[in-house]
Amino acid sequence: MKQYDKRLAAPYLVWMALFTVIPLLIVCYYALTDGEGHLTLANLVSVSGYGSVFARSLLLAMIATVICLVIAFPVGYFLSRLRVNKQRIMQMLVMLPMWMNFLLRTYAWMGLLSINGPINTLLGLFGLGPFNMLNTAGAVVLGMVYNYVPYMILPLYTSMTKIDQSIVEAAQDLGANTTQTLFRVLIPMSVPGICTGITMVFVPAVSTFVISRMLGGGSNLLIGDLIEMQFLGNSYNLNVGSAMSLVLMIIVLLCMSFTSSFDEDEMEGVS
Amino acid sequence: MKRLFAFLSALVLAAACTGTALAAEPIQVTDDISVSGDYDWTRFAGQNITLNVYNWGEYISSGSDGSVDVVAAFEELTGIHVNYTTFDSNESMYAKLKSGAASYDVIIPSDYMVAKMIDEEMLLPLNYDNIPNFALIDEQYRNPDYDPENAYTVPYMLCTTGIIYNTTMVDQAPTSWADLWDEQYAGNILMFNNSRDAYAIAAFKEGKSVNPATTDEVDEVMEQLKTQKPLVQAYVMDEIFDKMIGGEAAIGVYYSGDAITMIGDNPDLAWVFPEEGSVLSVDCMCIPATSQNQEAAEMFINFMCEVDVGTANAEYIGYTTPSTAVWEQLDDELKYSEIAYPSEEIAAKEQVFTALSEEVNSELDVKWSEMKSYDEGGSGYLFLLLLLAMVVLACFNIWRKMRRKVRNMY
Repeated sequence: MKQYDKRLAAPYLVWMALFTVIPLLIVCYYALTDGEGHLTLANLVSVSGYGSVFARSLLLAMIATVICLVIAFPVGYFLSRLRVNKQRIMQMLVMLPMWMNFLLRTYAWMGLLSINGPINTLLGLFGLGPFNMLNTAGAVVLGMVYNYVPYMILPLYTSMTKIDQSIVEAAQDLGANTTQTLFRVLIPMSVPGICTGITMVFVPAVSTFVISRMLGGGSNLLIGDLIEMQFLGNSYNLNVGSAMSLVLMIIVLLCMSFTSSFDEDEMEGVS
Repeated sequence: MKRLFAFLSALVLAAACTGTALAAEPIQVTDDISVSGDYDWTRFAGQNITLNVYNWGEYISSGSDGSVDVVAAFEELTGIHVNYTTFDSNESMYAKLKSGAASYDVIIPSDYMVAKMIDEEMLLPLNYDNIPNFALIDEQYRNPDYDPENAYTVPYMLCTTGIIYNTTMVDQAPTSWADLWDEQYAGNILMFNNSRDAYAIAAFKEGKSVNPATTDEVDEVMEQLKTQKPLVQAYVMDEIFDKMIGGEAAIGVYYSGDAITMIGDNPDLAWVFPEEGSVLSVDCMCIPATSQNQEAAEMFINFMCEVDVGTANAEYIGYTTPSTAVWEQLDDELKYSEIAYPSEEIAAKEQVFTALSEEVNSELDVKWSEMKSYDEGGSGYLFLLLLLAMVVLACFNIWRKMRRKVRNMY
């Protein structure tokens, strides 16, 4: 690269400094001070009282991420094996739900899962139910999976298009059965896609508040709801809210460092 | 007979003459709305003024279902552009204003929030000369506790909290707030998703004031909400419309005016004023201190107090109007509705929110978040598990890095 190319990055660097770095510092400042601006650790200590909410958010987000991965892996693989023009159509179909407003999609599930909703009515025809599906943790996970699964499929598909079909054939020629091909060839080679996918699903899922509010009925509280309550809701407390988001950020960072180190490791093996 | 007729027509003529002498002809804005001709409505026309109005959701006659579009009528009359946005709780409105993220010219918060905002100097004192229609507001709603000198507010609508229930889903009609703690309704109860109203319910049940004086009192009453939590299906605000109308829950708590709307959509629903009493709240039109268009904002407030406009709003949203002149124009069904205009016996038991001391307020907030995040299954162990997982993860990461370093040495 020539020297002047670097300068082209300046606009984004300025943007990042203004809208990412400085806000981050402000969050840190709020998290570590009280209402009058004195330094204190009280906010961070009070966050520990909400441990169960943090645990629930992480647990639900992890479950949603795993389900997304399990659903998306075969989809990504078969997508990448299609003819190019068919790939385009299928890719569009995967993205199609994302064109609809996020809120609307979640709201639709609210109607579908309700006690008098279509699903329970259908089950009722066979003499089953009605089941109480709305306002449960399961509904929240469902909402996460439904909303974020395209973010898992797309990176997986992209990384899998780079796997040459001949490699799979070679593995089979050398006597690998389906399971072996999957675990020794396909999965290791799509690790970069898996890691991106996990990040793109897990991070928004762990901090969501709309899904839990609409499908969780306000009693399956997640960290996102808790933070929203501090900034926009009943408990107006910027300092505690900032402390919460700081803790969340650290937890996410830890999780991400895990997946990314995995990424580097595996790539060494492959290349 | 003929003479009587002549006399009457003379009387009418005389009345008309004196009428025009005192007041200009009313201005007809739309088919349903005519406003006082005494007021200079058009003084801001063509000046390209935009008013930012911030109101509760579903809280104005909006033009849907064949109602009058009040905001459009105001724009047509005055030439002022209105940017109308909505909020879903006093607290979110307060947070938005406090953050300074947006500037509003007219806001419609409830009484206790008004008191808090006056306290924090977030409201402008109104110039009542620009709001002559304030004279239409009934005497009993002037100089209220939340604004003792009546310098900041004009009451918009009133409502009472109570219980709405589905007659097909309960064996016996609920009569008191305590019924919301009844095991037989487990999973069938909808509660308020805001701390003040939810607190008030528990306070009524315990026979306490809805305006706690000490933090100990808050702790005690909030404990009740915690015990109720396993029975609650969901904590909702306006989501209750869909849920009650669709028969999703047997019992809900909400505001009287909205109950009228819900009953209109689903005749199986019924309303009851709980025997312990209920909360009367007054939503007021105010002007935030950051407003740049005070006079135009006052014009909007004056417009909202016009009898025709008040009637259109009261009929659309079903809330209780603070003006007898408006009440007289309502159609009979609403006019004599027990829900909107409860009997004196019920009204005597009503309590009003006042602003809480800062200490009590923050205790209420903390306890509310705590109650909401409380898990009766006791997921305390989950947190320990989480901590352990994090430590293991961190160690694992470090171990990997070390291993890689060692490997790279060769």
